[in-house]
Amino acid sequence: MKQYIVRRFLQMIPTLLGTTFIVFVIINMAPGSPLSHMVDPTISAEAIERRREQLGLDRPLLQRYGSWLVEAVQGNLGYSTRYRGRLVTDIIQTRLGPTIILTFSSIIVSFILAVPIGVISATRQYSALDYSVVVSAIAGVSIPVFFLGIVLIYLFGFQLGWLPVGGMAAAGVRHPTWLSYAADVARHLVLPLVTLTAANTARFVRFTRSSMLEVIRQDYVRTARAKGLSERVVIYRHALRNALLPVVTILGLSLPFLFSGAVITEAVFAWPGMGTLLIESVSLRDYGLLMGINLFLAVLVIIGNLLADIFYSVVDPRIRYD
Amino acid sequence: MMRRIIAKLLKSSASDNSLNGAKNDDIVSPGKIIWKRFRRNRIAIVGSVVLLVLIVLAILAPVIAPYERDAIELARREQAPSSEHLFGTDRQGRDLFTRVLYGGRISLSVGLVASSLQMVIGVILGCLAGYYGKWIDTIIMRITDMVIAFPFLALAITAAAILGPSIYNTMLIIGLLTWTETCRLVRGQFLSIKQMEYIEAAKATGASEFRIVWRHMLPNAWAPVLISATLIMATAILVEAALSYLGLGVQAPIPSWGNILEPARSMVVLMNMWWLWLPPGFLIFISVLSINLVGDGLRDALDPRLKN
Repeated sequence: MKQYIVRRFLQMIPTLLGTTFIVFVIINMAPGSPLSHMVDPTISAEAIERRREQLGLDRPLLQRYGSWLVEAVQGNLGYSTRYRGRLVTDIIQTRLGPTIILTFSSIIVSFILAVPIGVISATRQYSALDYSVVVSAIAGVSIPVFFLGIVLIYLFGFQLGWLPVGGMAAAGVRHPTWLSYAADVARHLVLPLVTLTAANTARFVRFTRSSMLEVIRQDYVRTARAKGLSERVVIYRHALRNALLPVVTILGLSLPFLFSGAVITEAVFAWPGMGTLLIESVSLRDYGLLMGINLFLAVLVIIGNLLADIFYSVVDPRIRYD
Repeated sequence: MMRRIIAKLLKSSASDNSLNGAKNDDIVSPGKIIWKRFRRNRIAIVGSVVLLVLIVLAILAPVIAPYERDAIELARREQAPSSEHLFGTDRQGRDLFTRVLYGGRISLSVGLVASSLQMVIGVILGCLAGYYGKWIDTIIMRITDMVIAFPFLALAITAAAILGPSIYNTMLIIGLLTWTETCRLVRGQFLSIKQMEYIEAAKATGASEFRIVWRHMLPNAWAPVLISATLIMATAILVEAALSYLGLGVQAPIPSWGNILEPARSMVVLMNMWWLWLPPGFLIFISVLSINLVGDGLRDALDPRLKN
């Protein structure tokens, strides 16, 4: 197992190299030089040229990527041009937490919702219930995330006034205890969480259902029934265990979708995470920050994938990683 | 030569059939079986009809639209829906019903082009990987694994912002980020049929590599590739809408369902001008839903595992 985890960590390297290199190339396709956004237009062209050379901006692309990489490996992602002088890693650190809270709670909620719905739907295949589950699951993956967010803000934030619609905590409020702060964050989390979770739940429901349908047709399930076990035991103890295996894999594979959804959700609700940061730095052409954000999102996806794989080996004792 | 003989043989067996009294209608072609199964799926039929209506509306936009697409009339700005302006007017006083009609053209065609692009990329890479195998396969599959693990919207946003937002960049970016599934499908199919005897036979007749791949191997993969292209088109429409909503996709004055919604990023618009975001948002939802229903119906109809 330890060996497997080490190997998986090694396999992360090419993915991370690829992602950062592509982002690096894209950023270098930007018209104009990064300096042109930073310097006073009255400074002479020669001075700018000299500064370019000092900063190494005149070197070939690969060489520049190389030096970025050497620094990045040592934990230095450079400075943000927008937040003058602040380290990219510092800025990202403050934004990482909100994104992880949002995505992680979304995974948990959607899993808790999706498994029972998928199982019930599969055990009553072709019933009216199953039919409506199937249709609403397809509808769930078809709703544009930002549109769902807008509708929820309009209904619950504006018309009903039940929930806050932006940010992560009420501005300017001092909380006496961390508990009251947590309660405030939780209230702010509700709408973004529902927005992000809808599509996820729908996706997991579809996989649980189809995986369950395959399993309950197998002989061992018939055997379990023939032994006289109650239907509940047959479904939840015998069938569900095997049906969940592919669902766990899908959990890992759907992480890129999850983070994509999170970027939009954050943008709609001004949730102060990596997605909002991305949108901000994109409009301000903060290249160092852009590199950092893409790198961190890639790392999150890959670590999530790894966790899903490890979880997989826990649920399925047949899997041995050696 | 070989082909002519086979064609003759096929012909003669077909005429044998007709001699035995079987009418043309009784011959069950694969297409007929698929259509029969698809037809039974009522939701998929509903999806196809809705999709067809949306496509017709998009094509006929210039005929139906009551106003000029970009006609700005500041005196009539921000009006709620009325008999004069069915969907109201936007902040520049443009008729939203007109813009939503035209927006459908853009959104649907971005989806179609992006999905076709990913199909071309995926099929070519999948063919190369599956046919040649060895190191070519290893490299292509490594790249595929990498692209699958991309947080693709973040990358799309970065690319769109830096390359400059436009319709063409939107299509290109979506196409370049979504081909992985197609590539895997084609490769998987190729791996399983590469060793079959009919391929060996084709090689023995001196068929070129291109001919073998195009005429003998690819036809086996078209069905799953087309199904996934349908489903990816749905995704592409969603991604285009998201990018345009963020101001990084299709740019005004060209309307797309996504960028008509862009003003709703401001809370004031969101709360006071529901007609600005409700119709285009709903249409994105309906069109993506109907495409997904059609794709799902096709998959059920073509999936041999569900054969009765």
